[in-house]
Amino acid sequence: MIPLLELSHVSYSYHEVNGETLALSDISFTLEQGSFLAIVGPSGCGKSTLLSLICGLLKPEEGTISFLGKPLKEAGANIGYMLQKDHLFEWRTVYSNVTLGLEIQNKLTPKHLSAVDTMLETYGLSSFRDARPSQLSGGMRQRAALIRTLALEPELLLLDEPFSALDYQTRLSVCDDISGIIKKEEKTAILVTHDLSEAVSMADQVLILSRRPGRIQKLVPVTFDMENRTPMRSRNAPEFKEYFNLIWKELNISG
Amino acid sequence: MAEPSLAQQSFLEQRKRKLRAITFARILIFLIFALIWEASARLHLIDAFIFSSPSRVCHTFVSMVSDHSIFLHIGATLLETLVSFFLVFLLSLLTAVLLWLFRSLSKVLEPYLVVLNSLPKSALAPLLIVWLGANMKTIIVAGMSVAVFGSILTIYTGFSEVDAEKIKLIYTLGGSRWNVLKKVVLPSSVPIFINTMKVNIGLCLVGVVIGEFIGSRQGLGYLIIYGSQVFQLDMVLMSIVILCIMAMILYQAVNLVEKHCLKWF
Repeated sequence: MIPLLELSHVSYSYHEVNGETLALSDISFTLEQGSFLAIVGPSGCGKSTLLSLICGLLKPEEGTISFLGKPLKEAGANIGYMLQKDHLFEWRTVYSNVTLGLEIQNKLTPKHLSAVDTMLETYGLSSFRDARPSQLSGGMRQRAALIRTLALEPELLLLDEPFSALDYQTRLSVCDDISGIIKKEEKTAILVTHDLSEAVSMADQVLILSRRPGRIQKLVPVTFDMENRTPMRSRNAPEFKEYFNLIWKELNISG
Repeated sequence: MAEPSLAQQSFLEQRKRKLRAITFARILIFLIFALIWEASARLHLIDAFIFSSPSRVCHTFVSMVSDHSIFLHIGATLLETLVSFFLVFLLSLLTAVLLWLFRSLSKVLEPYLVVLNSLPKSALAPLLIVWLGANMKTIIVAGMSVAVFGSILTIYTGFSEVDAEKIKLIYTLGGSRWNVLKKVVLPSSVPIFINTMKVNIGLCLVGVVIGEFIGSRQGLGYLIIYGSQVFQLDMVLMSIVILCIMAMILYQAVNLVEKHCLKWF
C-alpha cells in the first residue's frame, strides 16, 4: 500500500543577512492512512517548520515530500493545518468563521455547508453560530477552529500545538474532544507538541526530533492494550508511564 | 430584562451625575470666556475694533445671514473639505493597497513618501494656484495635499503590522495574497481607517483654509483674509468661530461612524 505521506531526506534552512540557520536536516519518515503521529522535541528544533513544509507553505531545500506516491505539488494534496492560536476573526460570526476556508476556495456548496452544520451540531456549537468568537470559551474556540479546518475535508490534518494557549484543565478536556473528533472523522493527523504526555496520550507513534538542526532521533510506536482509546484513558493506563519515561530519556540524551 | 440591583442603580446614577457635571463645566468655561471678552470690550480694557467682541461677532453673523452671503462661504468651505476628505481616503486606501501588494514598490517609494509627508504643504499652495488656477479644484487639491501622504503612510504601516499568523491562516486554508488582503488585512485595519479619518478631517480643513487664503473668492479662509485686509476683524473672528464649530461637527461625524463600525474590534 502506498503511504499517505512520505518524506525522504528533507532539509531546510532559514536565510538571513546574518547567516543561515539549518532548521531541519535529513528528515525521512512515512505516514500510513488513519494513523496519528506526534512530533516532539526541544523548542526551536524545527517542529513548526516541518509542518509548514508538509503543508506546502515552504519548499524543502533538499529531499522530497510525496503525497500518495506523487510529489506534493502535483498531488493537489488536501491538507488541513490547525495553528497554535485559533485566529477566529472577531469581525465575523462563528458560522462565517468556520466557513472561511470554504469561502476562500469557492466551495460554499449545500453539500459542504450541511457537513459544517452537522459538525456544529455534533460538537456543541450550533447554538453559537451567530455569536461572535469572543462569546465562546477557550475550548469552544478551539473546536470552532478545528471545524474550520475539517470543513475543507482534508485528507491529512496538521496540528501545531493546538492546545498550548489553553489552561491545563481545559487543555485535558479539549484534547479528549479534538482527539475524539479526529477519530470519528477518521482523519490522519500529525500533532506537534512539546507536551510529552499529550503526545503519548493521543498518538500511535511519537517522532522525537533532536536539538537544532532537527534530526530524527527516534520513532517510538505507541500501543495501548485497550478498546476505545481516549487520551484521558491512555493517561491512566499502566503503559503510559513507560512510554513517557522512554521519550523523556531520549529527549534528554539529545539535550 | 431584570431590574438592576440597588447598588447598580446608584452606580449608574452617580455616573450620570458625573457626566452631567463634566458637560456643565465645559459650557461654563465657554460662557466665562465669552463674558470676560464681552465685558473687557465694553469696559474698553481691550480695543473692540481690533479684538472684536462676542456681540459684534454675533451681529456680523446675523447681518451676513440676512443677506445670505454667509451660506455661500460656509457651503464652499464645507464642500471643499468633504470632497478632499473623501478623495484623500480613497486615494490613500488605493495607494496603500498597491504598496502592500507590491512590496518592492513600497521599498522604492518610501523615501519619497516620507519627504512629501514632512514637507510643509502650505509651501505647495502658491504653486497649485499657478498650475491649476484660482478655483475650487485647487482648493480641494490643497486640502488633499496636507492629509494624503501621512494617511498613506499610516494605512500602509497598519497593513504591514497585521498579525503574520492570521495571514498564515489564510494560506493554510488555500488562499491567495488577494484573499489575504480581502479577508484579513482590510477588515482588521478598520480601526486604523477610522483613526486616519479622524486626523484627516482636521488636516483637510487646514489645507482648504490655506488654499482659500491665497486663491479663492469664497469660503471662510477667504473671509478671514478679506476681513483682515479691510480691517473688519469682526468678520475674521466670526469666521474663526464658525471654523471651530465646523471642525467640531465634522469630528463628531467621524466619531459616529466609529461607533457604528467598531462594534467588533
